[in-house]
Amino acid sequence: MSMWSQETQNRAKEIISRYPEKRSAVMPLLYLAMAEEGHLTDEGMEEVADWVDLTPAQVRSVASFYTMYKRERTGQYLVSCCTSISCMLLGGDDVLHAIEDESGVPHGETDAEGLLSVEHVECIGACGGAVAVQVNYELIEGVTPEKARELVRWLKKARPESVNTDEMQELFGGVKSFDWGIKEEDAAVGPYPAFQPLGTIKSAGDS
Amino acid sequence: MTTPLIVTKRMVDHPADSHTIERYESTGGYAQAKRAVGMTRDELVETVKTSGLLGRGGAAFSAGLKWSFLAPARPAYLVVNADESEPGTFKDRQLLERDPHQMLEGIIITSIANEVHHAFIYIRGEYPKPARRVQAAVDAAYEKGYLGKGIFGTDYDLEVTVHLGGGAYICGEETALINSLEGKRGEPRLKPPYFPAAKGLYMLPTIVNNVETVSNLPHILSMGAEKYTKVAHESDTGTFLMSLSGHVNKPGNYELAHGITWRELIFDIGGGIPDGKALKAWIPGGASAPWFVPEEHLDLEITKDATAAAGSMLGSGAVIVMDETTCMVRAAERIVRFFSHESCGQCTPCREGTTWLEMILRRIEEGQGRAVDLELAIGVSDGISIDLAWPPKMTTICPLGPSAVSPIIALRDYFRDEVDAHIEAGRCPL
Repeated sequence: MSMWSQETQNRAKEIISRYPEKRSAVMPLLYLAMAEEGHLTDEGMEEVADWVDLTPAQVRSVASFYTMYKRERTGQYLVSCCTSISCMLLGGDDVLHAIEDESGVPHGETDAEGLLSVEHVECIGACGGAVAVQVNYELIEGVTPEKARELVRWLKKARPESVNTDEMQELFGGVKSFDWGIKEEDAAVGPYPAFQPLGTIKSAGDS
Repeated sequence: MTTPLIVTKRMVDHPADSHTIERYESTGGYAQAKRAVGMTRDELVETVKTSGLLGRGGAAFSAGLKWSFLAPARPAYLVVNADESEPGTFKDRQLLERDPHQMLEGIIITSIANEVHHAFIYIRGEYPKPARRVQAAVDAAYEKGYLGKGIFGTDYDLEVTVHLGGGAYICGEETALINSLEGKRGEPRLKPPYFPAAKGLYMLPTIVNNVETVSNLPHILSMGAEKYTKVAHESDTGTFLMSLSGHVNKPGNYELAHGITWRELIFDIGGGIPDGKALKAWIPGGASAPWFVPEEHLDLEITKDATAAAGSMLGSGAVIVMDETTCMVRAAERIVRFFSHESCGQCTPCREGTTWLEMILRRIEEGQGRAVDLELAIGVSDGISIDLAWPPKMTTICPLGPSAVSPIIALRDYFRDEVDAHIEAGRCPL
């Protein structure tokens, strides 16, 4: 008996059908499990194990290998600041400290309310737009410590239901790695990648 | 000499909507895929061999040769490596976001050449926007009948699955990527076989090609393999995307033909160092590459061979520029920290060695360093990468461990005084 909503179960079936072997669906299903519960729980991993005919221990061994499967309570907004070499050269550590200071959340932790999680991350492929910050993996490039503080205040005050990369770039960003072209409507609803096949995506226009 | 743009031309000409199928088709898109369905495997493999196209993921291996290794068992698979994670590298992100159909057309060509009927695009998990753009392109191509059952009205079936990674640099290593796609921990496989073309995904023949590599294929077919070889400098072929970051006035991705000098790249194309500061060092090919310094390397030509002869590599094309204010101990620590964090943990020299290197560098930077620390770090490095040779002599399953020693070599060869100054002062003097 699945603990997932009917919609998530349908999506799980659809995802499994995209692969020649069931086990290959483990990673997308782990994201589904996160979307169901906000982070990856023991029960979520057991559910995934049932879907792909693995043991819960096997699923845990996969989940624990990758940084994006959050096995601890994670905030509605996961704020990730890059401090790898290119961002470090342009002040990544200062941006991280600004985020920690303004939010009161040290890296690797989540606030009491469950609103914000803060982490420093290794290179996220936005080096031409250093310093790079992501909120729920939606990118903002060219962030300064001051803009980072504004971002944290905005998340706390406005509490947007979903976050859109173009909107955040306009409000809090600066130099970009390249021309982004036309804006997109897609937005992220939680601390996992916003991607259509996972059903973790929302249009910024929706309320 | 201006470089003719190949893979970035459409996004430069049509900055707003280069990612849409309408724009792609109105600028000649999918014509070569339609041609390729009528071609044989031999013709296509020969064409790509003749073009001299080298893998753009970092290893610079001949794409045509890789294809020719495909074992006879079937089904065969194609996996496009879009797990771009080498610090300093952001060129595939631009290709994925701004011209996904170009890559899809390359996927169709690669699939036909390798008798593949199911291709996967493995995109790093931190790239949800590129993944959305690619999925939208895949959906549009299915709708047009360019993907799916009977592509272009022929009896050739081709399914494409977009797969998101989970945040692990090591999955860029092709056998780790395959394990990850099988739903396992992303640990590189023991070699041999050296190429997944022998045994890859589900132990079946698998071609793994980088995004930029695949994106070049429609152009090789349209301009002809011979002409493609002439685009570039005599020792290389085609163009090459370089990601410029760090202390430069004009960071970004630049499509270049090899053969300009580092001075031209950093000071002309990159606009020089902000605030007129002096150049201290740069990393020529991603965080794995041994560093270059102006006194020795500024007027070298940017070619694969010249860079290798000087003891480094062009790798993923990521150039990270550091000005005179940069603390070299801190920069080295940051790169070593990366490899320590990303080590998969299978091989002892890498798992333990990178951890020790990170701790040694951190204590030097924080003023707790001891006089023996640089020698200690060199000794640890030697345990990961014997004699600190270039290219490395392997003690590990994959090159991640040996990559971590590049900054230590730089400290030893060029910045020993700066390390000593940290230790003597008991703090970072910069």
